[in-house]
Amino acid sequence: MVIADSYRLVTYMKMAAMTDTRIEDPTPATEAVIDAVTDEPDAGSDVGIELPAADAAVAPNAELGGQTVGNVHCDNAFMIAENVNVHYGDNHAIRDVTLEIGKKQVVALIGPSGCGKSTFLRCLNRMNDTIEVARVTGTITLDGKDIYRKSQDPVALRARVGMVFQKPNPFPKSIYDNVAYGPRIHGLAGDRAELDSIVHSSLERAGLLKEVKDRLEEPGTSLSGGQQQRLCIARTIAVNPEVILMDEPCSALDPIATARIEDLMDELCEDYAIVIVTHSMQQAARVSRRVAYFHLGHLVEVDDTDKVFTNPQHKLTEDYITGRIG
Amino acid sequence: MSKEMTTRERVEAGLGRRRRKETMFRTVGVLATGVGIMFLGVFFATLLAKGSSAFVQTFVQLDVVLDAETIAPGGELDLAYADFEGLVRSSLRKEFPGVSGRTERRELYRLVSTGASYQLRDMVADDPTLIGTTQSLWVPAASNVDMLLKGNIDAAVDESLRPLSDAQIEWIQALQDSGRVETRFNLALFTNGDSRDPELAGIKGAMMGSFYMLLVTIALSFPIGVAAAIYLEEFAPRNRWSDLIEVNINNLAAVPSIVFGLLGLAVFINYLGLPRSAPLVGGLVLTLLTLPVIIIASRAAIKAVPPSIREAALGLGASQMQVVFHHVLPLAMPGMLTGAIIGMSRALGESAPLLMIGMVAFIVDVPGGFTDPATALPVQIYLWADSPERAFAERTSAAIIVLLGFLLLMNLAAVIIRRRMERKW
Repeated sequence: MVIADSYRLVTYMKMAAMTDTRIEDPTPATEAVIDAVTDEPDAGSDVGIELPAADAAVAPNAELGGQTVGNVHCDNAFMIAENVNVHYGDNHAIRDVTLEIGKKQVVALIGPSGCGKSTFLRCLNRMNDTIEVARVTGTITLDGKDIYRKSQDPVALRARVGMVFQKPNPFPKSIYDNVAYGPRIHGLAGDRAELDSIVHSSLERAGLLKEVKDRLEEPGTSLSGGQQQRLCIARTIAVNPEVILMDEPCSALDPIATARIEDLMDELCEDYAIVIVTHSMQQAARVSRRVAYFHLGHLVEVDDTDKVFTNPQHKLTEDYITGRIG
Repeated sequence: MSKEMTTRERVEAGLGRRRRKETMFRTVGVLATGVGIMFLGVFFATLLAKGSSAFVQTFVQLDVVLDAETIAPGGELDLAYADFEGLVRSSLRKEFPGVSGRTERRELYRLVSTGASYQLRDMVADDPTLIGTTQSLWVPAASNVDMLLKGNIDAAVDESLRPLSDAQIEWIQALQDSGRVETRFNLALFTNGDSRDPELAGIKGAMMGSFYMLLVTIALSFPIGVAAAIYLEEFAPRNRWSDLIEVNINNLAAVPSIVFGLLGLAVFINYLGLPRSAPLVGGLVLTLLTLPVIIIASRAAIKAVPPSIREAALGLGASQMQVVFHHVLPLAMPGMLTGAIIGMSRALGESAPLLMIGMVAFIVDVPGGFTDPATALPVQIYLWADSPERAFAERTSAAIIVLLGFLLLMNLAAVIIRRRMERKW
């Protein structure tokens, strides 16, 4: 673990350093955003193009460190992060982030690589606990209770806050066992019939049942990438969590599989709160109700998705969604 | 070099040098492999050439009169005192009526192994109704006869320079002519314990000693090693202490094995009072020896489990222990088993520490348990290699072949287990 962590740390720092030098053009270009996001949402226009360097380079830190602009509050908020700071050793990865997550909505976390959005996401179900050098301060409450309090069992928390990872990671077990694993360890099913029905309904809701119902005993790893990721989603919802965290769930998938997952998110947000980290601004625009823009560990701007994409309040947000920071 | 050289010209100019280097490296590689294979080939060839003859043994056919008066004087059968040797001798005398005089007769008797009378005794013990009949049976020839027929004793040299006299060679010739000499599979090699007589010596005692020892070793070192590896890799905090432990485990793996033998002698035998020469103590010492190997292999196997599987399980709310036992351990098991089997084969071939704990004694009985005195296969090889009798030379090689066979089987098992378990998904 130590090696992986220090590797992550180094990568993180490199990314941060890179981002520093790449913020080059602070000129607003709202029209481009409107073109890219509202007019042709499915055209796949690439907003990540690097524009040529402009003359006036502004130190990004001059614009950072202030209050998060937009609106961090929301209706039905039940998971509230306040002044969250994360340190990886000496590296201050997340700085004073305050964000509310409401029921039945999708919140997208966007930002350049290494901006801390994945780190923040992993704070929400205490996955950072497994990294020894990570230190989390501030409070994150779920239904009014601090999830970092001493009496909070991270195991119980993760049953309420599920997670889907960047790379599909089914267990090397059968499809059935993959989905049944969560209910089994939490004792959610009284007997085999109940477990069967949980597995079936989870696969159904993940939109995978039709494709796999005749081969539930085959290994989960035999599925295609998109199917594997839906299997991982089915596995997560089988525990019936309240929040689902998704860490770039489509970055390893082709566009068709991505579209299926996005449709799935639309359906799932009727029951769950979803927090998704994504590099694709189109995806953020398509699936999320609210967008949070992270930059170098700061939460720069949070607001309703259409507001952020049509009328960003902060210069950095604007630069990012117009493709000046990538 | 002119300045006008293009990039392409520069690349092409350097190509020849690069190719030469590559060819040279390949040649060296082929040579190294070739030399290695050659050494192995020489090793196996000499072993087989020397040892294969030990798997057959010369037998002599004798017509033995199971005289009731000799075996059971007064009608009472007393196996311990019955003179079976006398019966074997009289049947030899009958075969060669012309032999007279003490010295000559004694030479005649030496054609047949002392095992013949034991064989006769066992036969009578099994079936007392045979008393009074004449039985024709095959008994092992003396080792010198065996050696002569296998060509290891040269009949052409002067009588004083070989262990068989001219008369003896003549008798053997006569027996051969009358079809009373035969070579058969040497079953005694696998069913007998050690013996001073090469034709009676077998490796069963050593095999059983090794077997009991490995049983103790695997029963202790695998669970302890795997548990230690799991704890160190998954649960132990990373600090100065765990670093220290790690360094020490790696160092222990490199400690000369004889040191473990001394430790075993001091702790298990002198301090704890466990019996000397016992497979139990041998197993304990070999456990100490294989533990570091198993811990290191198991830790490597655990490290090789992809972190994504751990994260998946953690993300679902599995506890650290569930992550380890449901996901990490099954995936790491093939690697752990491979490590364990490699550790076991090292333990099987180990002899130095066993010398220290008294397993080098001459033990005739086949051990029947963990505390019976025993030797082990490699120690048996050492003992036989030290014996002056000619026939022990080929038996040494035969025992080495058997040992290598076991090692091969164990390594094969490691490969098969790894394949089978990895293919599962």
